Amino acid sequence: MRFDPTKAAIRFGEGLSPDIAPLGRADDLLASLDTDQIAQDFPIRTFSQLSPSYQKLRDLRVAYRKGRDTDAAKDLQRAFRRARGAHNRALLADFRQLLNRSIQSEAPFRERLARFWGDHFTVEGRTNETRFAVPHFVEEAIRPRLNGRFADMLRAVVMHPMMLAYLDQNISVGPNSAGSKGGKRGINENFARELLELHTLGVDGGYSQKDVRQLAELLTGLSINKQYDFVFRPKIAEPGAEQVLGKSYGNDTPDLGDIEQVIEDLASHPSTARHLARKLAVHFTSDAPDASLIAAMEATYLDTKGELNAVYATMLNHPATWSSFGEKIKQPIDFIASSLRALAVPSRVFEGFNRRQLQAYLGGPMAAMGQTWLRPDGPDGWEEEAQDWITPQGLAARVQWALAAPSAFYKSLPDPRDFVQTALGEIADERVQFAAKAAETRREGVGLILASPAFQRR
Amino acid sequence: MLDRRSFLLKSGALGCSLAASPLMTPVTLAQAPGDNRLVVIILRGAMDGLDVVRPFGDPLLAKYRPRILGDARDADLDGFYGLNPALGDLRPLWEAGDLGFAQAVSTPYRDKRSHFDGQDLLEAGTGMDVGADARRGGWLNRLLQSMPGAGSETAFAVGRDDMLIMSGKAPVSSWSPDGRLDMSPQARLLLENIYHEDELFRDTSLEAIEIAQSLGVIGDDSFGLSRAEMREQLKSHAQAGHAETLAKFAANRLSESARIAAFSLSGWDTHRGQARGLGRALGQLQAAILTLKSDLGPIWDRTAVVAVTEFGRTARENGTQGTDHGTGGAMVMAGGAINGGKVYGDWPGLSEAALYQGRDLMPTGDVRAYPAWLMAGLFGIEKARLESVVFPGLALGRDPGILKS
Repeated sequence: MRFDPTKAAIRFGEGLSPDIAPLGRADDLLASLDTDQIAQDFPIRTFSQLSPSYQKLRDLRVAYRKGRDTDAAKDLQRAFRRARGAHNRALLADFRQLLNRSIQSEAPFRERLARFWGDHFTVEGRTNETRFAVPHFVEEAIRPRLNGRFADMLRAVVMHPMMLAYLDQNISVGPNSAGSKGGKRGINENFARELLELHTLGVDGGYSQKDVRQLAELLTGLSINKQYDFVFRPKIAEPGAEQVLGKSYGNDTPDLGDIEQVIEDLASHPSTARHLARKLAVHFTSDAPDASLIAAMEATYLDTKGELNAVYATMLNHPATWSSFGEKIKQPIDFIASSLRALAVPSRVFEGFNRRQLQAYLGGPMAAMGQTWLRPDGPDGWEEEAQDWITPQGLAARVQWALAAPSAFYKSLPDPRDFVQTALGEIADERVQFAAKAAETRREGVGLILASPAFQRR
Repeated sequence: MLDRRSFLLKSGALGCSLAASPLMTPVTLAQAPGDNRLVVIILRGAMDGLDVVRPFGDPLLAKYRPRILGDARDADLDGFYGLNPALGDLRPLWEAGDLGFAQAVSTPYRDKRSHFDGQDLLEAGTGMDVGADARRGGWLNRLLQSMPGAGSETAFAVGRDDMLIMSGKAPVSSWSPDGRLDMSPQARLLLENIYHEDELFRDTSLEAIEIAQSLGVIGDDSFGLSRAEMREQLKSHAQAGHAETLAKFAANRLSESARIAAFSLSGWDTHRGQARGLGRALGQLQAAILTLKSDLGPIWDRTAVVAVTEFGRTARENGTQGTDHGTGGAMVMAGGAINGGKVYGDWPGLSEAALYQGRDLMPTGDVRAYPAWLMAGLFGIEKARLESVVFPGLALGRDPGILKS
C-alpha cells in the first residue's frame, strides 16, 4: 500500500475540508513544513512576547501586597484581579486561534506535529501568570523546530521557562554550590528523571538511578527569573564533574556548554532513536505499530543524526503506514478540530465566543471525552490506545457533542447527504451514507456522520 | 438502499431489531454476589507515606525532614505514628476503629521509579517477572472472574479515566458522573446501525446506552439541547473530577447492585512545596472517604475502602521542600468493615542501612496482600485463588486481621 491523499489528510492532517484539497504526495506534506503561513494568518504570541503582561501582573500583585493594610487595598486588589482576568482571557482565547489554524490550514501536518511534540514535551502552567500559557510555550520552543534536528527542539525545551518550572528544575540547587546556603537548598530529581524517561531514552532505555541523580546535579543552574526569562545561574550549579551514562561532563566551573553537550548526547543516543521512532509510529499509525516501520524510522534517525524531516519521510513512504489505516482513534482535540474543519466553520464564529461559550461548546465536552484542555494527567501526556478513549463515558461524550454542539454555535449546517462526502470522501461506508439519508434532521444527520467510526478513526 | 420509513419498519433486517435493542429492553439485574462492598482508590503520582502516617517515634524522621514535617506530634495516632493534619477530619473514624493504615508496603515494582510503569504494575497486580504485555488485565477484574453471580453492574469504574485495574474479561461498568446521552429514537437506531460492524464502537456504545439507561441519564433529544441544558451540562463537566462527585457517584452505585467501585485521585507527586501540595491531595482523599461514609449510610458497616499508590517517596526531603520518587510507601484503609485504629505493617527503621538503596523506605510487606485479605473476608475468595489468579505470585502470609471480626 502506498501514500493516498485522502487517507493522508485524515491520518497526518486535520481531516477533509470542503474548501481545501488534500495534498497529493508525501513530498508535498514534507515541503508544506518549510513555511508557516497559517501562523501568520492566525498569530499566537510566543511565551516571551507575553513578558510585559507577566511584568504588569507581577507589579500589580506586589503593589496590592504592599498596600494591603492601607485605604487603597480594595482598589489595588481590584486592579490586580482585573488584570489577571484580562491576561487569562487573552491567553485562553488563543485556543480559538489554534482551532482556526486546524480548520483553515493548507499544511495541517504542522498542526498535528505541533500537538504531537507539544504532548511529548508536556508542560502545565501553575502560576497566576502561566496557567494558560502552554500554547505560547509550544509556539516558541516547538513549532519553529518541527522538521529540524530533534536535538535543537530538545535544547529549546530544556532551556524553556515553562518546562523548567513545570518539572521543578528552576528551584533545584547544587548541594555544594554557594546557592545551597549551607545545605538548606538542594537537588530536585524531577526533571532529570523525566528528561531520560519521557523525553529521550525511554523507561527501558538503559539508565540507572545513579544516572538520574548525576544528571540532576549536572542540570543545576538552569533557572528562570521573575519575568519568566530563562537564566543560567552558575551560583546554584553543582561544582565538579558528573558522570551520565558513562561519560563525564563539566568541572569546577559551571558552564552551560556542559548541559548543551549532554542534550546533544541524549538526543543522539540509540535508545532515543528507538523511543522516538516508536512513539511517532504509535501516534500516527497504530497502537501496535509494525516492527519494520519502527526499525526503518529508527535507522533513519540514526543515519541522519536526528533529522526529523527524514524520519517523517520514512514514515510517510512506508507501506505499513498505509496498511494500518483506521487503527488509530482521534483524540478528542483531533476529533473536534477535524469536525470543525469538515464543517468549514468560519473564524468569525469563534471570535464571538466569550469564555463561557468556549467552555460550553468546546472545553467542557472535551473534558468529558477525557481530555481537559491544558490539563493532562501527568508529564507523560495523553494516552494513545483506543480503549483509553473509546470508553462508555468517553464515547457517550463524543456522541453527545456531535449531536448537540455544532448546531448550537453554527447555524449553517450542511445537508448530511453532501456532508458525508465532504467529511469522509471515498472512505464513507454504506451504513454512514444510509444514516446521512435517513436522519430526521440536518442536526442529527451531521452528528451521526461525526460520531461514525469512519470519522472517529484514522 | 432503504429509505427512512422502511428502515424503521425493517430495521430487523439490518441486525438491530427493536426487540433485541438494549434501548428497548429493561436492564437485567445481575444477582448480587453478597452484601459486602469494596472500594479501591488509586492515588496517582506516588503518595508520600512517611508524611501521611508519620513515624515520629523514629528520631531520624525529624532529621531527614527538617523543613517539610511541621509539628507531627500534635496529631499522635498510637504513640509512634502521627497523622498528617490534613486528614484531621478523619480522626473520629480512627477513634471509632473505622480507619487504619499499612506502612512500609509496596508493589513488586523496583528501581526505575517511573510513575507510569509503577501505576501499570499496581493496577495489573502482578509481579515484575511478568512481561508488560502480559499485564493487560487488572486485579479487580480477576476478582470479578472469581465471584459467582457477578454481573456487568457488580463493578463500577468511576470517572473519565480508563481504569486498568478493572479491565479484563469480566464485564464491568464504567461511567463518569457528568455522562449523559440524549438523542431521538431514530438517531439511536441509526447510530446502532453505523456502529454495527465496528466491534469497539458497537460494544462500547451498547455498554454506554445500558449504563445511561440504568442511571436514567438518557433522554429523547428530538429537538436538540436547550441553552439551559447546555449550561447544566457545563456545570456537571466542571464538577465531574472532584473527589466528592466521584465518591457520591460510587456510593450511589454501591447502594444499588454494585459491590465494587474504583476511582482515581491525582496530585500526589510532591517534588516541591510538599506541605501544601500533599495537604491539598489529602483533602481530596479525606473528602472522598467522608462522602462515601455519609452517602453509604448503613452500608458503610459492610464496606472496606483501600487507597493505594504506585510507590512511596524518598525518606529524606529533597532540596526543594519536597520528596523524590521512592519505593516503600503507605496505604489507607477505611470503612465500617475495617478493623481500624491501627497502623499495620512491619516498621523497618530509617537508618542508612535499613533504607532501600540508602534512600527509600524499605518495603517490608506487599501492598497486594491487604486487598487480597479483604477479598478473602468480604467475598469468600479462596487463598489459593488469590495467590494464583487474582494476584499471581503473591504470598499472602499470615492474616493481618484487617477486617472486624
